[in-house]
Amino acid sequence: MSKAMEPDLQTPLGTASGKAAKGPAKEWSHPSNHWLRGFVIDNRASLGTLAVFIVMMAVFMIANPTVFTTWYLYSSVLTTLPVALFVVVPLVFVVTCGEIDLSFPATMGFASWVFALVVQAGYDPFIGIAAALVTGTLLGFLVGSLVVYGGLSSLIATLGMNFLLRGLIQIINEGRSTALTGLADSSAYKIFSSQVWGIPVQIFWAIAFVVFSALLYNRHRFGAQVKVVGDNPDSARQMGIDVKWVRVKVFVFVGIGAAIAGTFSVMINFTWWPTAGDGYLLPVLASVFVGGTPTWGGIGTVVGGAIGAVTVSFIQTGVVAAGLSGFYVQFFNGLIIILSLLGHKWNQARYR
Amino acid sequence: MGERIIELRDIKKSYGQVYALGGVNLSVDRGEVVGLIGDNGAGKSTLIKILSGVVKPTSGEILVRDKPVTGWSAARSRDAGIETVFQDRALAVQQTIVRNIFMGRELTSFMGWLKVDKEIEEASRLMREIGFTSKVFTPHSIVGQLSGGERQGVAIARAIYKQAELIILDEPTTALSLTETAKVFHFVRQVRASGRSILFIGHNIHHVFDIADRFVVLDRGKVALAADRNEVKSAEDLINFMEDVAHPGGLPGLHEDAEQGAQ
Repeated sequence: MSKAMEPDLQTPLGTASGKAAKGPAKEWSHPSNHWLRGFVIDNRASLGTLAVFIVMMAVFMIANPTVFTTWYLYSSVLTTLPVALFVVVPLVFVVTCGEIDLSFPATMGFASWVFALVVQAGYDPFIGIAAALVTGTLLGFLVGSLVVYGGLSSLIATLGMNFLLRGLIQIINEGRSTALTGLADSSAYKIFSSQVWGIPVQIFWAIAFVVFSALLYNRHRFGAQVKVVGDNPDSARQMGIDVKWVRVKVFVFVGIGAAIAGTFSVMINFTWWPTAGDGYLLPVLASVFVGGTPTWGGIGTVVGGAIGAVTVSFIQTGVVAAGLSGFYVQFFNGLIIILSLLGHKWNQARYR
Repeated sequence: MGERIIELRDIKKSYGQVYALGGVNLSVDRGEVVGLIGDNGAGKSTLIKILSGVVKPTSGEILVRDKPVTGWSAARSRDAGIETVFQDRALAVQQTIVRNIFMGRELTSFMGWLKVDKEIEEASRLMREIGFTSKVFTPHSIVGQLSGGERQGVAIARAIYKQAELIILDEPTTALSLTETAKVFHFVRQVRASGRSILFIGHNIHHVFDIADRFVVLDRGKVALAADRNEVKSAEDLINFMEDVAHPGGLPGLHEDAEQGAQ
């Protein structure tokens, strides 16, 4: 470009001197056409997260090699990790869109409550799952509309909605949990929550969800518009994108993800608690940012978020397995988050 | 050439008692670059808004391809093939060139899945059409990595993809260096060569003089000068004329100041 673009304002460029200097123009060639380099450049955020995870696991394994050869350790992580994945992934969309959603724990509790009520009333668990999905969709739409059409700050409004919905659950249930004893015999349980070759089956559903969402993010109009809206809403509006509706849709997506997550957590425990979902708020948020999605919107990574969730869920298990007391868990949580953020800051340029 | 893309006849626009435009005539033919010059407050931006249909004129007539149009609006303006490229905030800088070109008009197959290969092919074709060739950048390059002039190129390519017949460039070179300005001029010439028209709006008279086939000078809501390229000998003539318009009596020492400002 430099040779062809000499600061000569009089002669039309690209005719005489421009073309001759360049010869047969080979357009659009990558600086390095090597596939590996291109792959690393395109996926550096998620690869960085993977590196953090590998280093962390290596430290744990060196501390106590024998525990990490036992299958039980991984099996316990694989039971709880899927629940987190179903909310981490939609949250990547929300953060990319320039918003945040702190109401998903209450949505998890609310949707799984509906699931528990339907199953307790004697209906098939599949109907319960459908009811939970509808509940999650409606709550997501409610939260999204409040933020977008009400013109509220998503940080504060969703925090408020989290308290409000959780409060409603508590008022009506007065702290009582619901046991779903018949669930273990249902076909829905076998499909969504049993074990195949000793592996909890929900991890396969979670992986399918991550793959589908990664395609949605990178290869679908929805993902493309979410990124553009998070990047430059004025430009998106000017180009005919319904910016508000795109924003509402990401909240609906979180609602659906939270409904699935809540239902899975009930199916794992055979019991619904009024606090269902509460413990996921901070680990899930940490996973999104450990995963390499920056806070400022416009870009993000679904696969990185999933790796972030794996990292965060292995911290607790790994700390204990490495022979340290449970008091170290929070310290390591913090350490991993800070180290990841420092790594991503060095790794990602912010364009303005 | 020859076909008249759009013509404004005796356009007036008043905000309350204040006239922003007091009877402006302006026309753009196919395949020509019209330079629109004027000081701050001369009515340039009002004129752009009227052309893009955002603002409705108080009175006057608008003709698209020699046919009078009633009910001029933003949609009508788009249908007539008029696209405005604003200098800043037009692109999503963290996204790829492809995503910017197809912003809001993604090429999709069933259920909204993107036709990735088709988009790259189309983007390459558009960039080739405006003369954007590069050994460094691909359609996958992030717009934030491009220089100011190259970003203008992406915005112009996007306008062309929208089937634009007339592209309004609002101060496209104001914040750019000489090298970057040359790039924008290169794109503009390519667009003209493809038979489309450009309305080039600028502060810098030298820039407008170098690129335009015809000049329109606005002053206080009126066309002070409309001239072909061959009627004006040099940019200095144009500057002198602008000064005479702005200060009819002539101010001593002003000439040198204005020249320096325009460099």
